[in-house]
Amino acid sequence: MLRGISLEVARGELISIIGPSGCGKSTFLRCLNFLEIPDSGTVEIAGVTITRVGGRWSRQEEDAAHRLRAHVGMVFQSFNLFPHRTVLDNVMLAPVRVKRVPAEDARAEAEALLDKVGLSAMAARYPDTLSGGQQQRAAIARALAMRPDVMLYDEPTSALDPELAEEVLSVMRTLDNEGMTQLVVTHDMRFARAASDRVVFMDGGEIVEADDPDRLFVDPQDPRTRKFLRSVL
Amino acid sequence: MKGLLLALVAMAAMVWSVAGHAAPLRWASDAEANVPFVFHDPADQSRLTGYEYEIAQAIGRRLGRPTRFVQNDWDGLIPGLQRGLYDMVIDGIEITPEHEQGVLFSRPYYMTTERITVRRGQRGLETLAALHGHVVGTLKDTTAERMLQADPSIRIRAYEEETNAYTDLKNGRLDAVLLDGTIALYYGSPDPDLKLVGAPIGQVAYGIAFARGDTALRDQVNAALDGMMRDGELHRILARWNLWTPAMAALTGDASTPAIVPEAWDHYRAATAPTAGWRARFDRYVGFLPLLLHGALLTFAVSACAMVLAVGLGLGLALMRRYGPRWLGALATLYVEIVRGTPLLIQILFIFYALPGIGLRLSPFVAGVLALGMNYAAYEAENYRAGLQSVARGQIEAAIALNMTHVQALRFVVVPQAVRMVIPVMTNDFISLLKDSSLVSVITLTELSQTYVRLSSTYYDYFGTGLLIGVAYLLLGLPFVRLARMAEARFHTGRQRSGHI
Repeated sequence: MLRGISLEVARGELISIIGPSGCGKSTFLRCLNFLEIPDSGTVEIAGVTITRVGGRWSRQEEDAAHRLRAHVGMVFQSFNLFPHRTVLDNVMLAPVRVKRVPAEDARAEAEALLDKVGLSAMAARYPDTLSGGQQQRAAIARALAMRPDVMLYDEPTSALDPELAEEVLSVMRTLDNEGMTQLVVTHDMRFARAASDRVVFMDGGEIVEADDPDRLFVDPQDPRTRKFLRSVL
Repeated sequence: MKGLLLALVAMAAMVWSVAGHAAPLRWASDAEANVPFVFHDPADQSRLTGYEYEIAQAIGRRLGRPTRFVQNDWDGLIPGLQRGLYDMVIDGIEITPEHEQGVLFSRPYYMTTERITVRRGQRGLETLAALHGHVVGTLKDTTAERMLQADPSIRIRAYEEETNAYTDLKNGRLDAVLLDGTIALYYGSPDPDLKLVGAPIGQVAYGIAFARGDTALRDQVNAALDGMMRDGELHRILARWNLWTPAMAALTGDASTPAIVPEAWDHYRAATAPTAGWRARFDRYVGFLPLLLHGALLTFAVSACAMVLAVGLGLGLALMRRYGPRWLGALATLYVEIVRGTPLLIQILFIFYALPGIGLRLSPFVAGVLALGMNYAAYEAENYRAGLQSVARGQIEAAIALNMTHVQALRFVVVPQAVRMVIPVMTNDFISLLKDSSLVSVITLTELSQTYVRLSSTYYDYFGTGLLIGVAYLLLGLPFVRLARMAEARFHTGRQRSGHI
């Protein structure tokens, strides 16, 4: 599915990954925190390196993935908030249960994060009573609560109306300004062009082109990129 | 509860014997609906009585050993003997070549004949030959049944309980009943709607059954029976019950006719006489309450323990099937298929009677809880699996992405959401378990439904006692229904209180 992918991301970069449906961009993203187990290849994030050369996914590799995921947050297209818990509890759950942060500290931090994404008033509500944009911002706060070095977004605005999407994108821009490293799989070309430091175009399981957005959108080098951009712009 | 009691009694008995006293003579019978052999005194349900009960006491006295009665279902009497649950069985067991293959018999302690009983207005069914082409009831695996089988035109209804045979005769489902003289005397003749007809047919001998190889005890008991026949004790016992017969005179060579009042027979007839009026009926039902309470407590204890087991084991099986390695999942699947594919009754009997063969001896209570719990675990497992499957895959991915382990993801994210899906089904299962717990009566536990059998067959009152037992079951089930409602309300949206992580 994925072949010969090589991408180096600097600290603080915002990378948009674009490409036609089925090109492997989501799979690539999910390989980065091993929700998807690649057959072979190397992932290095924040000093944790995992190299696969085929074979069964071993206990040691799962342990390594656990160390790696401590540095990586992820946001999903369908939000995947926990419906049986309040927004505040969604944000607090992992710090308390995984990192053993004392509940009061986790609560304070969760409240601060909800404030940051503009959801202070929603802390006690259940996810299904929130709009899509609010849910996605809560999901971002939930991921940030684990203090990741890298945030992965898998089509974070695809399920949202444009104005709701804008709420989410603005949170991501804020994070970018604060120096967060972010990789975003997106169909939103306007966001990719305006907010990204670099844009990666994938097709057929390969990275076709990775470049500065202005250059990639204005003067794509590869005919496949040109063809794709013509169809979406 | 009862199991614990039995264990305590057993321990006490051990201490007793170590202290140099004689070990109790453990004898078993099925005291449910078993007049006049061994039964609960209709006038005082906590007291055992019956002519065989008195014979057992007399044997104990002659052997210098205290006796201990063990209640067991008729079908379980011989398996229990082979299992070593007790030393001997006295329950009107006919000495036949078939029976002799399984157990060792004492000399006959009672001889009787077969009698035909018909409805009062019935004519012309006085002989075995006259039953040709009719519907005839009897007990299964008896001499009477074999006699009837000789004529293929007779449609035989073989019952487990004699009361059912006579009730069906009264209700017109049968044309006649052929049964031992003892039974006919106590069930057939007192009933104003029925009558005994014709001459006695054939001959039946009852023997005390011992485990094969236990010739030592058999010989001691034979000697005791000899003594009882010689000195007239057996004669006195049987006469008290109106059961002394010419055949017994021939067997014992005792042709005397002492003036013995059949007081036991009179007492039984008086106690079971149809009650007239509301007042007497009500008093009788009030008298049932202690027995009902005891049965209800046992039903509740067995069901509650089995439920706990079913939930725990069921959840384990469901998790194994859904998230375990393939071989573990296959094992869990195999378990579920086997348990769901075989009758619960067989499982209960198997656990209680077959497992001792591989060295696993369980008390009736533990065996009952284990059988019910393990059976319902299979159904719960499927229920929980469906619940787990209903939780979207994205939920686990979100949990893993938050760096939870698989176990944490299940515990904090998946299982709490699955719970709300399964609670309504679980409520159904639990109420159905409460009712299925009646099956443990086959392993000597006298729970509610067994109490019904005992009471209704003693008094021929299926209606009133049936209503009483029904109410008892409903009352038992009510707390579970309410509990489930509360849980449903709480988990309706799968929500938990905020801030409690």
